[in-house]
Amino acid sequence: MTDSTANALHFQGHDAPGHAHDADHKPAFFQRWFMSTNHKDIGTLYLIFAILAGVIGGAISGLMRAELAQPGIQYLEAWSGQEGDAALQFWNVLITAHGLIMVFFMVMPAMIGGFGNWFIPIMIGAPDMAFPRMNNVSFWLIVPAFLLLLGSAFVGGAGNGWTLYAPLSTYGSPGPAVDMAILSLHLAGASSILGAINFITTIFNMRAPGMTLHKMPLFVWSVLVTAFLLLLALPVLAAAITMLLTDRNFGTAFFDAAGGGNPILYQHLFWFFGHPEVYIMILPGFGIVSQIIATFSRKPVFGYLGMAYAMVAIGVVGFIVWAHHMFTTGLDVNTKMYFTAATMVIAVPTGIKIFSWIATMWGGSMSYKTPMLWSIGFIFMFTVGGVTGVVLANGGIDNYMHDTYYVVAHFHYVLSLGAVFGLFAGFYYWFPKMSGKMYNETLGQIHFWVFFVGVNLLFFPMHFLGLDGMPRRIPDYPDAFAWYNHLATIGYMVMAAGMVAFFVNLVVSLIGGKPAGDNPWGEGATTLEWTLPSPPPYHQFETLPKID
Amino acid sequence: MKSFQTMIAMVALAASPTLAFAQTAAPPAAVANPAAIQSGTTAPTPPSVDGAVPASATAAAPAPATPPVIGQAGAAAPAASDPAAAPFPQATPTPGIGLPDGRAHLQDQVTEVGQDAAWMHDVVLMPIITIITLFVLALLLWVVFRYRRSANPTPSRTSHNTWLEVFWTLAPVVILLIIAVPSIKLLAKQYSPPPADLTIKVIGNQWYWTYQYPDNGDFELVSNMLKEPGQVTAGQRARVDADGPRLLAVDERMVVPAGAVVKLIVTSADVIHSFAVPAFWTKMDAVPGRLNETWFKVDRPGVYYGQCSELCGARHAFMPIAVEVVSRPQFAAWVASKGGTMPGAAGANNPDATKAESPATAATAPAEGATDVVGDATLNATVPAQPVAQGATVNEGTQAK
Repeated sequence: MTDSTANALHFQGHDAPGHAHDADHKPAFFQRWFMSTNHKDIGTLYLIFAILAGVIGGAISGLMRAELAQPGIQYLEAWSGQEGDAALQFWNVLITAHGLIMVFFMVMPAMIGGFGNWFIPIMIGAPDMAFPRMNNVSFWLIVPAFLLLLGSAFVGGAGNGWTLYAPLSTYGSPGPAVDMAILSLHLAGASSILGAINFITTIFNMRAPGMTLHKMPLFVWSVLVTAFLLLLALPVLAAAITMLLTDRNFGTAFFDAAGGGNPILYQHLFWFFGHPEVYIMILPGFGIVSQIIATFSRKPVFGYLGMAYAMVAIGVVGFIVWAHHMFTTGLDVNTKMYFTAATMVIAVPTGIKIFSWIATMWGGSMSYKTPMLWSIGFIFMFTVGGVTGVVLANGGIDNYMHDTYYVVAHFHYVLSLGAVFGLFAGFYYWFPKMSGKMYNETLGQIHFWVFFVGVNLLFFPMHFLGLDGMPRRIPDYPDAFAWYNHLATIGYMVMAAGMVAFFVNLVVSLIGGKPAGDNPWGEGATTLEWTLPSPPPYHQFETLPKID
Repeated sequence: MKSFQTMIAMVALAASPTLAFAQTAAPPAAVANPAAIQSGTTAPTPPSVDGAVPASATAAAPAPATPPVIGQAGAAAPAASDPAAAPFPQATPTPGIGLPDGRAHLQDQVTEVGQDAAWMHDVVLMPIITIITLFVLALLLWVVFRYRRSANPTPSRTSHNTWLEVFWTLAPVVILLIIAVPSIKLLAKQYSPPPADLTIKVIGNQWYWTYQYPDNGDFELVSNMLKEPGQVTAGQRARVDADGPRLLAVDERMVVPAGAVVKLIVTSADVIHSFAVPAFWTKMDAVPGRLNETWFKVDRPGVYYGQCSELCGARHAFMPIAVEVVSRPQFAAWVASKGGTMPGAAGANNPDATKAESPATAATAPAEGATDVVGDATLNATVPAQPVAQGATVNEGTQAK
């Protein structure tokens, strides 16, 4: 039994101040990083993992943008070492890998595994997560999951898109690659379910005295809602991909019309998971941005209860809108009318959040440090992605937009410019707390501005491509689409240049950053993590804080 | 393209599962008469579809009457000997209509549903979302400027305003209701087709489309993308500009009469595809084992392009759709050239007669918009493969370097 477990179990007994020095006793390297039960260490592992996965997933999008820079097939044959259909199939492997990596191995591990692990226990005044060893299992499930996905690329690669639609993913894709991708998702899903159980238990049972649900920071609320979404949605994905697996290998015909099955059933199951999944990715970002806006405005969050329950509402409604991803599959008109109306309802709680953030800033005393820039950028970019979502919600309009670049633009505005902006905001906000050192403000500002210009140049023209009818997931396109594709590729290069500033900042700050002190952000930073030293002791809150 | 011959050989080998799929698309009815396959390769095509049928187009058609084999799709057309197969005056694309042109807004719509939808997008949705976005941007810029620390050193502590919160909850509700009314109307319209004048069965295949005309003798067309001149093998037809843009031009267009209500029964022989023509506002997934129904009615003659819109494997990008709208006499001539028949004596000129003569249309088609899951008995059929020459052509569409 490691120290952390002992302390988690016995934290109530350690109220004597003399125990404080024990709190920073760290295990040896291997035990600390490979057998960790410490929520902060596991959070750090998750963040390192997410950065590595993000580099891989981002590099893949670079390959895609390079190929799309001009009409014609330029690089696929060289990259894949093959010709003809095999080279074209490599394109499908790229788009699949990009989607799966960014969703399951970058955004989710960073948001929930990284920041969630690091700051949920601290923000509610708990010494650790409720199940520290299960926490470790969560992390070490996602590593083999990622290796399975990467490994699938060496046995042909899964080229079905991240949605893995049957029957392209069943009898349309022989070979072991898709099986490996499915097992990868199984492991990643199990990891997330364990994490969700851990967060729900921690938040419900381990809040410090006085930390009522309605006093919890909004980031804790966001992770609580996210954990419920994970718990309810991921088993459905697991069921769907298990059926894929048995269709592929054991002769079942869940999704095979020739055996009495139905390919559309897979899409219903997938999107019953898939739509909550997009809120799983964005809700923690909502929470992070809420903390940052309040901190740098030196004001409490405006309309706290409305903000919290708007997230609950988004989570609930998120489960009853899934078929808006399937408007062209041949749904009947009444179904489309229902899903159109239900989907538009989501704009209401989302609007509450946008306006509440602005009202939080209104009357504030704002400083524009890097985390605040990312947060303000988040609000605007998420608004752009949100309003195009309202367009797409209309079943009659989606008939044109579905599977065009308009959809690609939409979900990259809410995810690549929404969730990712939230991630960078959180990273700069908490970097001093996690590392004990300040990041370089100038490099942070350069990173933001270059990245902001780059991603807008990258993704805004995609709206135009979609309106002009360019389909998604194609390696070559009619020449009329050349100009905006070229622009998007230039945008990618600008964005990548911004990322150089990020990594330089990371290295420079970790090596030579100035000591951060307990609270570098001043009086606006009111959550519990800023009452601790930076970095926090190995075990915090041996004496539970009291919240009034 | 490094080694085209190698690729051909590879694809031919890889085509065996494809053939297994492709055979399922073949109905018991006649397939397209190879002698009737149009050839627009050689002759300058008249720009107007209303013009007289030019005889010149046939003159230079490739003569060898080889049976259709892999790599020769659309090329074997001993048409000159058969007056009934007089090549159809293929419409040349009009810039800006029916195909992408690099614009930043919707393609011009040529169906009433499309025009209604485009109106809704351009007049209702775009202004609303633009105003909302600019409003949020203006608010953000204002607070960023006005409440910067140097201008406002002491923050207010206001964190509640019930009326404000009620307002910004109800205002979006009202806006959404304003959007919902035309949105629901649009959906209802899309799902209220007039009685069909013509039914076409659209079958997605890896990676080409087949079109069956059950009202006209149930002939079938196989529609492959046309490759660029540098990429075709000997005897294979290459794209010329009159066919349409690169990656959009096909060897066999779907041909429909102008002003006719065309009902599409969309399905697939292998994986999911999606039949999409942006200028018609038409998009319907082709799902194996399901018959999806959609429809369009286009008055303007011309050619309109689309692309497969559901990821369907390696050559997903290279199975375009081209629909040519022609006058009714031209349609009748075209049907005859394909070995088909016009229903009834007056069928060529009378859509009502067409409809009356095709009770199967109403009987086989599911209720509007509804879909039926049917056991696809043909999927595992063991009937000998039809010669699916065109289905197996290499249309991987890489650009010559």
